[in-house]
Order: sequence, then structure tokens, then C-alpha cells
Amino acid sequence: MRPFRYHRPADVADAVAVLAGEPHAAYLGGGTNLVDLMKLGVQRPELLVDVTRLPLDAVQELPDGGLRIGATVRNSDLAARPAVRRDYPVLARALLAAASGQLRNLATTGGNLLQRTRCVYFQDTGKACNKRDPGSGCAALHGQNRDLAVLDWSEQCVATHPSDLAVALAALDAVVEVHDADGARDVPLAALYRSPGTHPERETTLARGTLITAVRLPALPAARRSAYLKVRDRASFAFAAGSVAAVLDLDGDVVRDVRLAYGAVAHRPWRAYRAEEELRGRPFSPELAARAADAELAEARPLRHNGFKLPLTRAITVRVLTELASS
Amino acid sequence: MRGGPENETTTDERHSSRVAFEVNGDRRELTLDNRTTLLDALREHLGLTGAKKGCDHGQCGSCTVLLDGRRAKSCLVFTVTVDGRSVLTVEGLAGPDDLSPMQAAFVAHDAFQCGYCTPGQLCSARGMLDEVARGWPSAVTEDLDSPPELTDAEIRERMAGNLCRCAAYPHIVAAIRETATAP
Repeated sequence: MRPFRYHRPADVADAVAVLAGEPHAAYLGGGTNLVDLMKLGVQRPELLVDVTRLPLDAVQELPDGGLRIGATVRNSDLAARPAVRRDYPVLARALLAAASGQLRNLATTGGNLLQRTRCVYFQDTGKACNKRDPGSGCAALHGQNRDLAVLDWSEQCVATHPSDLAVALAALDAVVEVHDADGARDVPLAALYRSPGTHPERETTLARGTLITAVRLPALPAARRSAYLKVRDRASFAFAAGSVAAVLDLDGDVVRDVRLAYGAVAHRPWRAYRAEEELRGRPFSPELAARAADAELAEARPLRHNGFKLPLTRAITVRVLTELASS
Repeated sequence: MRGGPENETTTDERHSSRVAFEVNGDRRELTLDNRTTLLDALREHLGLTGAKKGCDHGQCGSCTVLLDGRRAKSCLVFTVTVDGRSVLTVEGLAGPDDLSPMQAAFVAHDAFQCGYCTPGQLCSARGMLDEVARGWPSAVTEDLDSPPELTDAEIRERMAGNLCRCAAYPHIVAAIRETATAP
């Protein structure tokens, strides 16, 4: 591991200013991903700016019925909040389906969103990886790619985004509050992540040094009927083979509104707009849910080892919506 | 570091920090290379070898300690970040000549074979029971609005961050269940 300096900023402005002046600095949140990547030699910061003691750890219920979650709120604390459990069960479920108790106690909201792919080629400095080392190639494209993308990948990168939280936030139309040298601004979660394209080393649309300070959830009364279904290779403590976040609002048996997002299929949390379009305004049935998933996955391009993700994603779409419809 | 490139050496004080924190009730002060994990500080600098280095990547749980009362993997925490905080390790769960109820239950139920994961299991279980007492749900909690009931399925899910390669899991669950339900 490269030696690094350590800075505990006085406030958000100090954190952003210090990062701006250091080309090889990184923010340190819970550290559950970054510390590991530093041990592996994948990330080699010369300065860590520890943001965990900044006053960004509040969860506020907003007057309009929404929720504002500070960037340093730990995953375990967020999942336990009564307002989250009551108003956004999809969010509580996504958090609880991720990692382990010890890791959720450390992991922060902002850090979770900015965690790196668990593609094994990215994590192995002996392998070609355009995300880690731009221009070196992608060993995953024709390697062991069972865990990797089926949608929106490029010849340069087939990595998936590993977060469960981000999938739930995609379904909830979350807004990310960020701070950079120009001050504070909002970025819709849908505009936070990038497709890999020819620059997989750029995972988000945020300029280097931008700090996430909070995540805002708009009021969504329908989210009281919501769920997160995650399928993994073992019962617990594993990344998703497939996952779906769903909000379902029925008027009788007609789908008045629906929000769907998939995990483990793409370089970013995948909001399933096409599937939603298929479902909206129609009487709900499991067959309709299957057709909706098929519409969403029509342009999928499975790799050699991950074709199973298509029937899997279809099956969990049908299951989660059918369960929500009968709840 | 195991599993990674060799450490680059440094003698530069810019890369070191003075850290003061509490360990098992005692105030400790150390000057450490910023790269020193809490696990390495405990084992290599404070002589507390209870917390174990298994994977050193946050996957096995054998390094679990309580950080400000909450269970955490000490291999993923840089010591410089715990300045002013309190740490409880397996050595602090009971006095040198006695056992905590959880430790006694582990003995009574034969909840280990080689024992390497046991300190992490004990610290994790202690933190886990506090989480249950605070009403935190888990992935297997059916109703998010009610306090969780500590079934065996709940214990297994909540202890998923602690691996036991001897597979003493059924006995670990039994020991935790007994501790949780003891009067």
C-alpha cells in the first residue's frame, strides 16, 4: 500500500477545497470498499480526506413527505429508521440485503453510491482492465463473465454496479445533493451514473473532488407498497446475481403507477422504464409482468457465461410484482 | 499485506499520526503509520491478539471488534480514524479469570473446533444482540414495523458476516440463542 497523508476536514468547504488541490486524494467514508482496494493496490491515494465526522449524519423527514438522508448516515442506521421502514420499505429491504451486520455499521450512504465494481478483473492488478488502467483492455469480456453485465456494456467494459441501495434509490427517483468548488447542487440519481462506453474509468458524471452530502427522496405514498428482491449464490452476505426494486400502485387491479429498477445487469442501477410503460394503465397479471420484463430486456446482450441473468431477472420481476399486487 | 502488493516503506512523519483511543476501558496513545489498520494496531502494537487476521479483506469476520459499541471489522478500519473513539475486543468481554455468559455458552455448547473465528464470533454476537434489543430488523424479518423476534433464522442471517471453516454453526446458533434467552 502506498503511504498516505490523512486529513480530517473542518467542514464540507474545507473537504472540497483540499481535494481540489490534490490530484491523488480520495474521500474516506466507511472504508469498507476503499480500504480493501488500497490493500489490493487498485486504488493508491496519497491523501485521505476523512469525511465521516462532518455533520452529514442526519435523517430528516421533509415537510412535503419526502426524506433527506445525510451522506454519512450508516447503512445499518438508515435501514432501522422508522420512517424508512414505514414509507420506503424497498429502501430498508435493499440495505438489509447488502453485506453483513459489521459492514453495514461502517458503510455510509454516500460511499455506498460511489463504491466500485466487484468485477474480479478490476480487483486484480495483474489483469487488463480499462476501468482500473485505461487503455489496457478488458480481460472480462472473454473471461469469466458470469457476474457481469447483460445490458449497456461496451467492448471496453462489462462491469456491473454492485450497490443494492442504488437500485432502490433509482426506483424512488432519488436526488443526490453534491458539493464541489462551485458550491452545492442537485443531481438526479438517474443522471449520476454513466454507461461504460469508451471511458469506463469514469463511473459517474461528478467531476473529481465532488462530495456527496445527502440523498433526497421525493414523497411517494405508493412506496409504502414496495419491495426489494435479491437473488444470490448463497442465502446471505453476497452480491446479487440479480435484483429488483419495485413500487406498485394499483387502482383496483389496474396498474396506476409502477417503479422498477434492476441490479446486477449493467454498469449502473438500471431503471426499467420500458417495463414500467408496459405495465402502466393495464390490469395487473403475472403474464403482464413477464411481458414487461421481456420488453425491458429485449436489447440485452448476454456474455458467454451470464445468459441466465435474463430468465432470472424476468422471474424476479414477476415474483416481486405478483407479491406486491396481492399484499 | 497479504493478497496485495508489498508495502512501500515510509519514515516520513507526514504519513504518520498520533492516535489516542480507548481500548477495553484503558486510554492508549500510539504514533502509527496511517496505513495501520485497527486490527494491526491491536495485535502488533498493543499486544491484544484476540482479534484474528483471517482474510484481511472484510469477508470472514474473525477481526470483529466493537467500535463505540457497534460491531465492525477492524481489518477495514484505519487506526487513525478511531482517534477519540472506544474499542472493545474479546479481551474486554470479561475479566482474565472469568467468562462472559456468551463465552460460557460457547464452551457449554462446544461452539468451536479450532477456535480461530471465536473471538470475532463473540464480539459479533454481542453487537448483534444489542442491535436486536434496539429493534433493528434484518433481511429475514417478515414485518418491518414490529420488533424482531430472535429465531434461529434471524441469528443465522445476523451472524452471516462471521465465517467458521470448522462449520460449528449449529452450536454457535445454540450458544447465542441460550445467551439471548437467559433470564
